[in-house]
Formats: sequence, structure tokens, C-alpha cells
Amino acid sequence: MFDLPTFIYVDSLIRGLLQGAVYGMMAIGLSIVFGVMKVVNFAHGEMLILGGYLAFMLYSWFALDPIIAIALIGPLMFAFGAVLQRTLVDKFIDRPQHQQFLLMIGMALVLVNGLDMIFGPDARGAHEVPYAFDSYEVGGIFIDAVRLYKAAAALVMVGFLFWFFKATRTGKAIRAAADNYRGALVVGLNVSRLYAITFGIGAACAGAAGCLLVLDDITPHAGPGFTLLAFTIVIIGGLGSMPGALLGGVLIGVSEAMAGVMFQPSLKSIFSYGLLILVLLFRPAGLMGKRA
Amino acid sequence: MNAAPPHGPGLAGLPRRALVALAVFVAALVAAPGLVDDYILSVLILGLYFALVGQAWNVMTGFCGQLSLGHALYIGLGAYTAGALFVRFEISPWIGLPVAMVVAGLAGALIGFLSFRFGIRGVYFALLTIAFAEFTRILFDHWGWVGGSSGLYLPVTERTQVDLWSLRGPLWMFYYVILAAVGLAFLICRRLLNAKIGYYWLAIREDQEAAQAMGIDILRYKVLAVAVSAMMTAFGGVFYAFYYNQFYPETIFNIDKSIEILLGVIVGGIGTLFGPILGAFALAGIGEVLIWFQDLVGVRGLKLLTYGVVLMIIILAKPDGLWPWLRPLLGLGRRDRA
Repeated sequence: MFDLPTFIYVDSLIRGLLQGAVYGMMAIGLSIVFGVMKVVNFAHGEMLILGGYLAFMLYSWFALDPIIAIALIGPLMFAFGAVLQRTLVDKFIDRPQHQQFLLMIGMALVLVNGLDMIFGPDARGAHEVPYAFDSYEVGGIFIDAVRLYKAAAALVMVGFLFWFFKATRTGKAIRAAADNYRGALVVGLNVSRLYAITFGIGAACAGAAGCLLVLDDITPHAGPGFTLLAFTIVIIGGLGSMPGALLGGVLIGVSEAMAGVMFQPSLKSIFSYGLLILVLLFRPAGLMGKRA
Repeated sequence: MNAAPPHGPGLAGLPRRALVALAVFVAALVAAPGLVDDYILSVLILGLYFALVGQAWNVMTGFCGQLSLGHALYIGLGAYTAGALFVRFEISPWIGLPVAMVVAGLAGALIGFLSFRFGIRGVYFALLTIAFAEFTRILFDHWGWVGGSSGLYLPVTERTQVDLWSLRGPLWMFYYVILAAVGLAFLICRRLLNAKIGYYWLAIREDQEAAQAMGIDILRYKVLAVAVSAMMTAFGGVFYAFYYNQFYPETIFNIDKSIEILLGVIVGGIGTLFGPILGAFALAGIGEVLIWFQDLVGVRGLKLLTYGVVLMIIILAKPDGLWPWLRPLLGLGRRDRA
């Protein structure tokens, strides 16, 4: 079990770290929506798949690189999320959880099966980007260019989000509304508009992650799996915490990759769920979340 | 012990219209196997299965307010316990059933105790229930004694011979078994809701802090809600195993299994007695119409897409479910526990 050469572990560790950055970016979208609106988006993974298929369309029609396509798909998914929030989700903000849940499940079913009807159930992926088979050698370890670029793109977007919430007026206003809903109303913030922006950001994160994941493979029915993965990550990191989501993403990425080589690939998520259970029981606010 | 409910737990206080409707409904269900073909009977069986597990889920989430998104765990534990006892030791499902219920009940109590002991509530608790179900799924995937990822197969015998003791037989036998289970579950839920424990559960659901301040041992009653719910769900799992004869960790512990349990309850009316039954039949009916529609149009995926739209429309139009909206039409007031 442990008699593999060291470089295989190092290789897996690096792959896990790179994948973790993508996971983290994906999960941040879910985390922001919950942190601000206290709404759990059970269609997050499905939105990711939607973004991925949009990228796949652009790739197969115009040979557009999915990473570059984020510049188009991000804003598009943002608009999609904002409209969704304005038309549907907004009515459910104060509703009991199970009603929000049913709305999201309905939405998820529409997205998954709509995509299945259009694209079919088979896995699709952008496999023929120019750098598909490139790799970099660092001290005897080869790093796939695709993985590296994906992680870099994810980190750029995470950086952008941190900047947005730290430095811009809108970002600060959203944080204010998250901290104190009534207070935000009192000082005259347009909370409903801020919520639309927030949900838009959540959808854009999911869509952008879809653009990155289409460089591997996606299927319409992978949606629920990604929703679950995003949940695992944000709970471990701390629901509502952005650095937490990034940390959770990296932890899950690494644990999946390491479990894959140390045990068997089919066991890879048992560590994720084990970690999730332990974190929920002993530190329910997550590794980096505020104490509830 | 019994704080007297407005009309007592019997049928005596119900309005005439409701009694007639109930009598017609029960009579139709009892007579159904003689009236409909095997296909419709199988749809009714599926509807009744969801009515059973829906009622079970409703105890924990509807009565006590603890959202579970991982009830597949108890379906799976029930199916695997009774299934493995039958396949490995030829033990009758009627002996396997209580064992399965104890296993599921203990698992529920453990999860409930761990979660509530550490003060986990709301969405965190819901996600924890998913995590336990997924964790167990992977464990069973790697547990060779119960078939690992290729699942468990029950020996299939000819479907014409009635062997109630081994639960092997024709469709109508399964129909009456699940019908009886649904009836029993209904009576149990009604009894629970009208007993002290039911009032405690509702108090916890409405305001946990206030319930605690009133001196209710909330940890104990929340754990009991999960355990009772898990035991009732395990019945559904045992039925599932013997009705379908085969199951895999991948499907039986899947989150989809957990979700399909609760859709009917929310559509029918969460926290009500009759809502889970109504919702299960409503969704089974809608599902059949949509399958017909999908075959008519000939587009794959149309059924589930429309199903999603229907769910969204229902929750937008009738957020409390169909039963609270239909109830007054039968002359039932809010105070009738139905």
C-alpha cells in the first residue's frame, strides 16, 4: 500500500492541490449565497454543469478556449442568477428551509434534464485545447499544463472576489446586509438588489467552475454530485466563509487525490465524508467559520 | 397522559363529508387489485411505498421540525438487514423486519444523539444526515459479505405462488402488505400526534428555546423523533428489498432516494397526517401522466424536466402543500388533526 515511489505521492499531492483550487472557487459561490442570504442553493452543481455546457458549445462551435470563455460565461451566468433571484428565489427568502429546498430541487431537475435533452447523457469535454498534452517539469515532477492553468484561473477569480468584497462599495454593502439585514435596510441599502447581485455571483462562480471542469469531462447528471461536493467543502471550511471555502476545497482536493493512490479510487470520497462528519460534530461552524 | 384533542383520536368527531370521502378512499384502495391491471397496481404499490416512507419522514421533519435529507440511510439499512438475513440464513422477512427496525432505529438514535448533543441544527443537521448516508453508502460498497458494489440479490420465485412468510408472491400480495403498512403508519402517526410526545414535538418544531424553557427534555424528544422515523422508514426498506429483489449501495443509499421520499410530503402538506399520503399519490399520478406525455412526444428527459417545473409551480402556488388547501373542502377545520 505504501510501497509506491515517493514521486507518485508528490505528484498526487500537487494534483490534489491544483484540483483543490478549482473546488474552492466552485464552493465559494455556494458559500457566499448562504452567508449573505441564508439560502442553501441545492442547484449549485447543476448551475456548474450549465456553465460547463455553455463553454462546451463555444468550444465546439468557435474552438474558444474554455478558460477564456469564462469572460463571456461568467457575466452570462451572473445575469442568469440575478434574474432567477429576482423572479423566484426572492419569494422564498423568509420561507422555511424545506420550501426553499423543494424550489431548488425543482430547478435542479429542470437544468439537468434540459441539458440532457439538448446534449444527451454522454460525457462531453474540451479535450483538444492546444496545451492539452503540455506539461512542465519541476525537479523531476511533471505538472500537466491543463491542471496548472485551471488552478491559476480559479485563483485569479478567487482573488477578484476577495477584492470585490473588501474594496468595492457594492461588496461592502453586501457584507453589511449579510451581517445585519435590518441595519442594512435602516441605512437605506437596496437589499433586494444586493441579494440579486449575490445570487448572480454564486451562479457565476458555479458557471466559471463549469468552464474549468469541462476541460476534463462533464455529463448533465453529474450535477447533484457537484452540489454535494460543494456542500462538503463549504461545511468543512465554514459555511459563509470565503477563505474557508478555499481551504475546504484544497483539503478535499488533496484527500481525494491521496486516497486515490494510497487506497482505491472508489474509496476517495469516504475521507471527504468522514472529515465532514467530524467537522460537523466537533466544529459545526467549520474550520474557518465564525462560532455559531 | 392524553391531553384531550378537540375531537378525540377516533373518527367520531369528523364531519360527514370527510367520513364519506375517507370511506370511499379506503374502499377503493382495498378493492383496487380486483379492478385494475398489473401495471396500474404497480403504480399504486409505488404510491403506497412513498406514502409509507413519507409518513415516516414526516414524523421527524414535519412533527419535530428536524430536516432530514438522508433518509436513504434507513431505507438501505432496512433493506440490507432483512435482505442479508434472508439471503444468508433464510430468515423470514417478518423476523428480519423487527431486526431491521432496531438497526435503523439505533442508527437514527446515534446520529440524532451525536448531532443534537453538539447542538447541530437546521441546515447543518440536514447536511449531516446526507453525510452519514453517503458515508454508509461507501462502506457498503466495500463490504463483500453483503455483495459489495454489485449489491444483494434475493432469490426470485414464481410470482403466482403466495408465500407470505417469505414475502414471495404475486403483485397483489405486495399490494396488501404495503397497504396495511400505510394504514398502520397512519394510525401510529395519529396516535403519536395526539399523545404527549406529539405535543412536545410540535413545541420543539415551533420554538426550541421556548420548549426547553417549558421544561421539555428536547435532546430526548428530538432523538426519539429520529429513531421513530428511522424505524418506520426501515419498514419501507424491507418492503423495497423484497419487492424489487435486488439493490445496490449506489442506488439505495443515494441522495436521490432521500429526496424522492420527501417530495411527496412537502407537496402533500408537511406536518399533517394525511398530506404525505395525498402527496405520494399525487406525485405518482403526475409521474404517470408525464411518462405518457414523454412517450407521446418522444423526447428523453422530458418527464423529469416537467416534473421539476410542476414541483416549482406547486411550491409557488401552494407553499403549505395540497392537503391544507383541500382540507376545508372536506369540511375539516384546522383543529381537526388530519
